[in-house]
Amino acid sequence: MANIMVGKNAAGAYSFYLPKRDLEDAIVTMEFDSTDKWGGEIRLNNGGVYYIEPQALPARFPISLRARRVDAAE
Amino acid sequence: MTTLTREQTEALIQEVLEVYPEKAKKDRAKHLAVNDQTVEQSKKCITSNRKSLPGVMTVRGCAYAGSKGVVWGPIKDMIHISHGPVGCGQYSRAGRRNYYVGTTGIDTFGTMNFTSDFQEKDIVFGGDKKLAKLINEVELLFPLHKGISVQSECPIGLIGDDIEAVSKKGAKEINKPIVPVRCEGFRGVSQSLGHHIANDAIRDWVLDARDGAPFESTPYDVSIIGDYNIGGDAWASRILIEEMGLRVVSQWSGDGTLAEMEKTPKVKLNLLHCYRSMNYISRHMEEKYGIPWLEYNFFGPTKVAESLRAIAARFDDSIKEGAERVIAKYQPMMQAVIDKYKPRLQGKTVMLYVGGLRPRHVIGAYEDLGMEVIGTGYEFAHGDDYDRTIKEMGNATLLYDDATGFELEEFVKKLKPDLVGSGIKEKYVFQKMGIPLRQMHSWDYSGPYHGYDGFAIFARDMDMAISNPCWSKQTPPWKKLPETEELKKAA
Repeated sequence: MANIMVGKNAAGAYSFYLPKRDLEDAIVTMEFDSTDKWGGEIRLNNGGVYYIEPQALPARFPISLRARRVDAAE
Repeated sequence: MTTLTREQTEALIQEVLEVYPEKAKKDRAKHLAVNDQTVEQSKKCITSNRKSLPGVMTVRGCAYAGSKGVVWGPIKDMIHISHGPVGCGQYSRAGRRNYYVGTTGIDTFGTMNFTSDFQEKDIVFGGDKKLAKLINEVELLFPLHKGISVQSECPIGLIGDDIEAVSKKGAKEINKPIVPVRCEGFRGVSQSLGHHIANDAIRDWVLDARDGAPFESTPYDVSIIGDYNIGGDAWASRILIEEMGLRVVSQWSGDGTLAEMEKTPKVKLNLLHCYRSMNYISRHMEEKYGIPWLEYNFFGPTKVAESLRAIAARFDDSIKEGAERVIAKYQPMMQAVIDKYKPRLQGKTVMLYVGGLRPRHVIGAYEDLGMEVIGTGYEFAHGDDYDRTIKEMGNATLLYDDATGFELEEFVKKLKPDLVGSGIKEKYVFQKMGIPLRQMHSWDYSGPYHGYDGFAIFARDMDMAISNPCWSKQTPPWKKLPETEELKKAA
C-alpha cells in the first residue's frame, strides 16, 4: 500500500502524486467516476496501474489516499 | 568553447567514468546524462536522490543542514537550538546570508548560534536535562523571542533522547511554542530529507496554531514560500508582488516570523519559489485548507514577466492590469541593463552545479544576457526536479546529479565554459584553473538576484566575473606569444 494524493487540475482532469517516488503524473483512466462510486483501478500516463478502494466521490481535491500498486511502470 | 553534439557529450561522460572501478562506474553512469528534450520523464535518463558512493567527494549537506540551515534558520524571531555538539551550529552560523530586519539578540536571532554543546557525559547520561535547562536559560536571557525550535544533531537520534517530551514540558512552562525537529544529520541521503522533516514539523507544530482565529482577509492575500532572502531576494520579490496589487501576508522563511507562518493558512494563493524545499507544505495546505499553489521564477526579466502574468491570471482584472503596469514600468530599466551587458556577455557559456531551484531557474536569466548554459546539475534534486529541468535546458547539454569533485573538474576541463556557477568549495579549484566562478549559493556575498532589481545586480556580477582583466594574465609573460603574433591574432 502506498500513500498517494489525487488532485484535479484546472481543466478538471485527475492528477496523481506519489510522494515516496516523487512521481507526478496524469491519471488517464479511472474505473469508477461517479458521485456514489469513485476509484477502482486507475491508469497513469506512464503506464503504471494503481487500485483505490471504491468509495463515494471525495468532497474536494486534492485528497490523500491509500492505494495498492497493481503494476508500476518502472 | 565549442558546442558538443550528442555523441561527443556521451563520449565525454564515458571518458570521465573511465577512472572508476567497475561497480562505481556502473552506479555513477546512472547519474550523468545528456539532455534530451523529448524525454517526458527524467527517470528514464537520470537517477537522482540516491545515497552518495562512499569514497567520492560529494558536496551534499545533511538533514540538519536542510532543516536548521534552510527551512527553520531564517525564521528570525524564533530561537533555533542546535541540540548536540557545538560544531554543527557554529560552523554554519550566519553563513547563508538570509537577511532580516530587527535587532539581533533582542527580538531577532537569525545570525546567532544557540547550542546545547554536548559533552561526553551528555552522550553517556542523555541530554534531556541539559535541554530543559537551556530552554529556561533562553527564556531568561532573551525574553522577547516568540518560540523555540530544537534542531537535533546526529547524537540525539543515536542515544535516543526524548526531545518531544522535554519540548512539551518546556512549552508549558514558558508559555511559548517549542518545536522539536527530528532532523538528525544521518537521516536520508542529503539535505533534501531535512527539508521534508522541517516541513512536516511546521505542519504538525505551527500551521494549525491559529485555525479558527479571526483574520481580516482580502481577496488578494498571498504568501511567498521558499524564498530565503539570500542577500535580500525576498524583498526584491515582495515589492513586485505588492506593486501589482497583492497583499503579501507571509514570507517563508527569509525575513519571516512565526506569526506570519501561523497566518499562512488564511491566504488565497501560495507562491512557491523553491519547489524542492517547500513543496511538501504547499501540498499539505492545498489539501487541508484548499489553498492552491503556483511555482514561479523571478530570475531574469523574461521569466519575471512570465511569472507575474501567471500569478495575475489567478486573480481578477485589477491584478492583471497591475502586472502589466509593473512589467511596463521596469521594461525600460531592464532593457538598459541588457543593452549594457549583453554585448559583453553574448555567446559566453556557463556551467552550473548548485542545489534547490537554481540549476533550472537561473537559466532564463543567463539567456536574457545572451549566455548559454551548457551543463547543469543538482546536489540533492529528486526526479520531479529533473522533469522540470529537461524542458529548460538545450538539447545535448550535460546533466549531472550529485556530481563528485572529480567529475565536475573533468567536465569543466573538457567543456571549458566561460563561467562556472557553484559554491565556495568549488570556487578556488576552478579559479586556479583560470575559469571565473560565481557562487550561486550565497550570490558571492552580493545580491539580491531575484526580481527586476536583482537582475541588474546579477548582470553586473556576471560581467564582473567574466570580464575581470585577471583572466588574461593566466599565462606568464615568458610563455606568451611574441607581441606581433598577438596583434596578428587580434586583428
